[in-house]
This record gives sequence, structure tokens and C-alpha cells, in this order.
Amino acid sequence: MSVTPPKERIWWNEPVPKSELAWVIIAFVWGLVMFFAMVFWHMYGEQNLSNEAYRITAEQYSAKTEAMVEKYQVREESGYPVVHPPEGEDIYLIARLWQWWPILELEKGKSYRLHLSSLDWMHGFSLQPVNINVQVHPDYEMVMTIKPTTTGEFGIVCNEYCGIGHHQMLGRMYVVDNGGS
Amino acid sequence: MATSEQFRICQTTGLRVYQKTENLIKANAVVAVVFLAIGGLFGLTVALTRWKAVHLLPADWFYLALTAHGLDVLVVWIVFFEVAVLYFASSVILGCRIATPRWAWAGFVLMLVGALITNVAVLMGKSSVMFTSYVPLKAEPSFYLGIILFAVGALIAVFVFFGTLVVAKQEKTYEGSVPLVTYGATVAAVIAVFTLASGAIILVPTFLWSIGYVSHIDTLMYRTIWWGFGHSSQQINVAAHITIWYMIAAVVLGAKPLSEKVSRGAFLLYILFLQLASAHHLLVDPGISSEWKVFNTSYAIYLAVLGSMIHGLTVPGQIEAVQREKGYNNGLFEWLRKCPWGNPAFSGMFISLVLFGFVGGISGVVMGVEQINIIIHNTIYVPGHFHATVVAGTTLAFMAVTYLLIPLIFRREIMFPRMAKLQPYVFGLGVSGISMFMMGAGTLGVPRRHWDISQADAVLPYDFPGVANLLMGLNGMSALIAGLGGAMFVIVTVGSVFFGKKIEDTGAAVAPSTVDEYGSAEHAKVPGTLVLVGIFFVSFILYFFVNWKYLAEVWPLR
Ligand code: HEM
Ligand SMILES: [Cu+2]
Ligand SMILES: [Cu+2]
Repeated sequence: MSVTPPKERIWWNEPVPKSELAWVIIAFVWGLVMFFAMVFWHMYGEQNLSNEAYRITAEQYSAKTEAMVEKYQVREESGYPVVHPPEGEDIYLIARLWQWWPILELEKGKSYRLHLSSLDWMHGFSLQPVNINVQVHPDYEMVMTIKPTTTGEFGIVCNEYCGIGHHQMLGRMYVVDNGGS
Repeated sequence: MATSEQFRICQTTGLRVYQKTENLIKANAVVAVVFLAIGGLFGLTVALTRWKAVHLLPADWFYLALTAHGLDVLVVWIVFFEVAVLYFASSVILGCRIATPRWAWAGFVLMLVGALITNVAVLMGKSSVMFTSYVPLKAEPSFYLGIILFAVGALIAVFVFFGTLVVAKQEKTYEGSVPLVTYGATVAAVIAVFTLASGAIILVPTFLWSIGYVSHIDTLMYRTIWWGFGHSSQQINVAAHITIWYMIAAVVLGAKPLSEKVSRGAFLLYILFLQLASAHHLLVDPGISSEWKVFNTSYAIYLAVLGSMIHGLTVPGQIEAVQREKGYNNGLFEWLRKCPWGNPAFSGMFISLVLFGFVGGISGVVMGVEQINIIIHNTIYVPGHFHATVVAGTTLAFMAVTYLLIPLIFRREIMFPRMAKLQPYVFGLGVSGISMFMMGAGTLGVPRRHWDISQADAVLPYDFPGVANLLMGLNGMSALIAGLGGAMFVIVTVGSVFFGKKIEDTGAAVAPSTVDEYGSAEHAKVPGTLVLVGIFFVSFILYFFVNWKYLAEVWPLR
């Protein structure tokens, strides 16, 4: 019994029942499959998170973002600048208490280098309803290449608790088909 | 030294129970249940707030309640109960006196004082930082201080456990190797040492930072080390509740491990590999390489998952073996039908096993896949998953074993036996609901730790699909059922412990065990269990690949 010492003193020499042995082997092989699925996806899959990241200060990051807004702003909405950068461009999104700034307008089927960083606390970038979720840290600038494949209006929800205004921290992103201007 | 200490021989189990151990187990278990009641109530208010039609609490109270909920149930309830389990698995199971009972009491007092200090800090309202307390969110210094005191107390308890093992060995109170249950508890204790060390490494500087002695704490470093503590403590829970599964199967049915070697080997894998998994909290964080993430999140090629999958066969397998030995040999599942489903210790254990494996285990592995985590991280899928592990798995297993401890340690009969009989079913149903509905809402992107997903007063509102609100409503209803199940547990245990009929050392309340020769292993055929495990395996594979398919539909990113 499990609550008494093993009856057989040399329990480690007991034979293992076949069914147990088979299950151990199956489970081990399944572990290998799951492990190599991740490796496989790195080679052939399209959704892999970038490893590109830099240390940065809040001042540097907001300067870069403002430069982009200056260059590519096309209109304003609810007090937010809307920027429409060209394909392949570096685009910046600021997370801060409690907003995502500015509003990005992208084109379907084109790639952009999206930068993410926080100016204050940790936040959670959650693009809805696409459902891409990335942790956003202060002092770290993460860069990933994204390629929108659906058009419309997207919400950016904050899903890392960041104080009392956390649930009001919402941003927006637009994806338009061929141009939009 | 203290060999003349008082003990009694339990008439039903033949175990030697020392007075001092008994008192320590009682104290720790009672405090645990009190915090489960408080923390569970907070959880109920949280769930009712997230139910749109009810939206119970205002925002500041919601975040306060959520912080208190996480701390009181995940930390205080579980760790106090685990201390009781450690003392039971050493002193009672090995029939020896407990080492340094004074230290054990000192640990108890530290834990209790720490828990109270932190609770007061949270209730004062300026420490709503969630139990993870990610910097630079800052709580009152006493918030961190309380947790540190609590952890020191727990560490003392762990060393008392180790000391007791030494005492038992020296005083030769058992022969050969320690029983499997003690072995499992030892695994939990070893992981606990690592865990509490990580906790100290991260919380002490954070405390100093909160009082101004440290100027800056890096957020990524914080998350990495904090999860070395936060995740490993979940591994303590797993080791502890699996130990309890074995214990209940042994005490209620007289089951024997199919193979000591395999079961012990599976536990050992936990020590070797579980710690790595804190990586799965960092899969979408910047500045960490994919190689590191892939290796660590898979616990080195899923070797710790292998451990759990093995227990998933051996625990029901040993039940089948002993039932068949008793003659329930018809068909594939007579052994299962003829299990003591009216005994809450057994039914609680079995529901814990099923929900932990099917819901908690599968979802945990899938969301821990490096890339799949992108579509799950920090959505309410995450709390959905861990309510299946830590509530349906750990909490329900602890509840089940309480039904054995009450007659054995408190020496009281179970009061309200019919309520006790129903309790695991009600609680299990409610918890399945909260787990699965939160998981469902999470796949629709609903964020965790969020007061209002309708975001009525945001400048740039976003509307979640109506189904998301429906699921959160169903979650609220399930929370009421789970709350009812929790209340039934508290009523039965508090009632029995304080007002239950005393058991004199003649009565029997624990089912007799049918110990005999070890070595049924070679003959045991467990076809029913193999079918169950097969169903599990097929579900696992399907769910795994379905999620890859979901991922493949997301915008390409690299
Ligand atoms: C009546 C029983 C319970 C109900 C109704 C319940 C409900 C909930 C809900 C709705 C959340 C919030 C999800 C969110 O907004 O992010 C939550 C969070 C949580 N629950 Fe429970 N829960 C219960 C029992 C438990 C138990 C017994 C444990 C631990 C053993 C537990 C551990 C947690 C933890 C750790 C969190 C996360 C807190 C955080 O995000 O900081 N819950 N629970
Ligand atoms: Cu935020
Ligand atoms: Cu937030």
C-alpha cells in the first residue's frame, strides 16, 4: 500500500507491468512530438514571436514614436493621431497609463515592423479579435514583423493589470485594403 | 530525548498518532479552511463582478477582491494545508514523533502572522497589486513583509518535515524504504525549498524597494524570478495532491501501487524537471530567445509532463487492480461502478483526478506551447486553466482527504453525512463550469484581471462578441454552484471538528484497508484503465492540433 513501506525491500528490481511500460513509452514519444512541433513551427510556421528586443528609455521611445506620427499622420480621431505608414516601415506603439498611442492604420497583406514598449508600468498588448497577445515591458523595446491578413477596425485591449484604469486602456488599429487614401 | 512522548494507536488504521503531531495538524488544517472560506468568498464576488448583468463590485473593490482572492486561496489556504499534509505524511504515516515541535509552532505562528499582515495591507486598499505584485506596481511595504514572514514560516515547516524523516530513520519506526505517500510528500518538500528560495530572492529586494532602499527593479528580471517562485509552488501542489490521490486510494480501498518503481520514478521527474516550467509565463516577453523558451517551457522535452501522464495511469490503474481483486471483474468498468461513490473522500479524489487530467493538464500543456501561447497569454483562458488544476485538482483533493483526517486526527464523526456525500459533486460541477467557461471566453480574447470588458467609458471602446458575455455570465452561475460546494465543505468540516460526535478509540470511521502482499503487479490486468487513458490520449492529441490550427489562422508574425 502507498501508506506502508513497500513489501518487497528491493522494489526497484520488481518487473514493470507491460501495460505501464507501454504507456511510459507512448507518453515519452508524445512528448517528443510536442517538442518537435515547436521546432517545426519555427521552421515552417508563420506565427513565431520575434526575438528582437532592445533596451531603451521612455524618452527615447516616445521620441521615436512622435517622429513617426509627425511623418505619417493622416487624420485625427477622438484626440488620437491616426498614422498610415508605408509598407515595410518601422511603426511604433506606446503603452502608457492608460492608453495605446497612436492609432495605426495598416494595409492588408503588407508587412510592418511593429515596435512595442511601455513608458511606465507593464502592460499587455492584446489585439482583438485577432487575438495576438504580447507582454509589454518598460525599458524594453520589442520589434516584430506583422502582416495583417484581415481588414477592418481592431481593438487593442490591455490584458496586464496596470492599476485602477486598466480596464479603460483601449487602443485601436485599422487595416484597409490597397491604400485607403 | 523525547521517546516517551504521548501517542495513541488508531484502532482502525493501526497508525501511531502522537499528541504533538495531532495538534499541529489540527491547527494548520483549521487555519487553512478558514482562509479557504474567506478567499473563496472573494472569488465569488470577483466572478459575480465579471458577470455583466450583475457587475457586483465597483472597480477599486474588484481589484482589491481579486488580489485578496489570489493570495488567500492560492497561497494561504494551500500552503497551510500542505503543512498539515507534510506532518501527516511524516509523523503519522511513519509512526514517529515530530521533530522539534516548538519550531513547528514557530513556523505556524509566522505563517499566520504573515498572512494576517498581508491581508490587512490588501484590505486597507493601497495594495491592490494582484498576488503577482509585478513591479513597478507598488504595494504597502507590509504587503511584502507579510508574504516574506509567511514564506519563512513555511520553510521552517518544511525543515521540520525533513527532521521528522531523520527521526523516523534513526528510531527505526519503519523498515525498508519510506511508503510511497511519504516519498511523494518528500518530493513536494524538496521542490518547496527551491521555491521558497526563489521567493526570498525576489521579494526581499522588492520589499526594500517599497521602503526606498532599492531604487529600481527590472521588470523582466522580476517576472523571471518571481515565476521561479510562483510556478514552482504549483509543482508543490501537484506533488502534494497526487500524493493524496495515492493515499486515499490506499486508505479507502486498500489499493497498492502497480509498480513502486514506476510511481516513484514519475515523482522523481518532478524534482528534476518541473522548475524549468516557470518559462511558460515568459513566452511572449521581450528579450528572451526562442531556444531558451522552447527548451524550458517543454520541461526539457516534456519529461515532467511524462511524470503526470504516468500517474494518470497508475492511480486509476491501482484502483482497478484492487477492485478486480475484490471480485468486480465483469466487463471493462464494473470495478469503476462499484467504487464507493458515496464516500466523499473517494469521489472527491476521483473527480480531482479526472478534472486535473482532462481539463487542467491538457489545457496547461497546450497553452505552454511557445507559439500557441501568443493566442492565450493573459486572456481569461489562463485563470480557466488554473482553476482546473489548482481548484479542481489540488483544492478538491485536499477537501477529499479532509474527510479522512476528521475521523483520524480530529477523532470526530462527520456531521451532515448527506451533505458531505454530495459536496464533491457540487463543487466539482461548479469548478468545471468556471474552468471551462473562462477558457471559452479566453479563446475569444477576453482579458483576465479586468473589471469591465464592455468598456463603456473608454475613449476607444471595443466590443467583444456577444458569446463572450454569455460565457462570462455562465461563469458567474458556475461560481455560485462552486461557492455552494465550498460552503458545504466549510459547514461539514467546521461542524464536525467543533460539534461532531467524538470518536472513542473503538469506533471505526475510516474504511478498513486490505493490506496484503506486495507484488500483485505482475498479475494485475487493468483493461478499463487503459481504455480511460486511451480516451485521455486521443482528447489530448485532438486538442493539441486544434490549437495549432487556431494559431495558423492568426496574422503572420515573426
Ligand atoms: C468559489 C470558488 C472560486 C471561484 C468562484 C473563483 C473565481 C475566480 C475568478 C472569476 C477569477 C478572476 C479571473 C480574472 O478576472 O482574472 C479568479 C482568479 C483566481 N483564482 Fe479563483 N475562484 C474560486 C476558487 C479558487 C481557489 C480555491 C483557488 C486556489 C486554490 C483560486 C485561485 C485563483 C487565482 C490564483 C486567481 C488569479 C488571481 C489573479 O489573477 O491575480 N480560486 N477566481
Ligand atoms: Cu495597461
Ligand atoms: Cu492594463
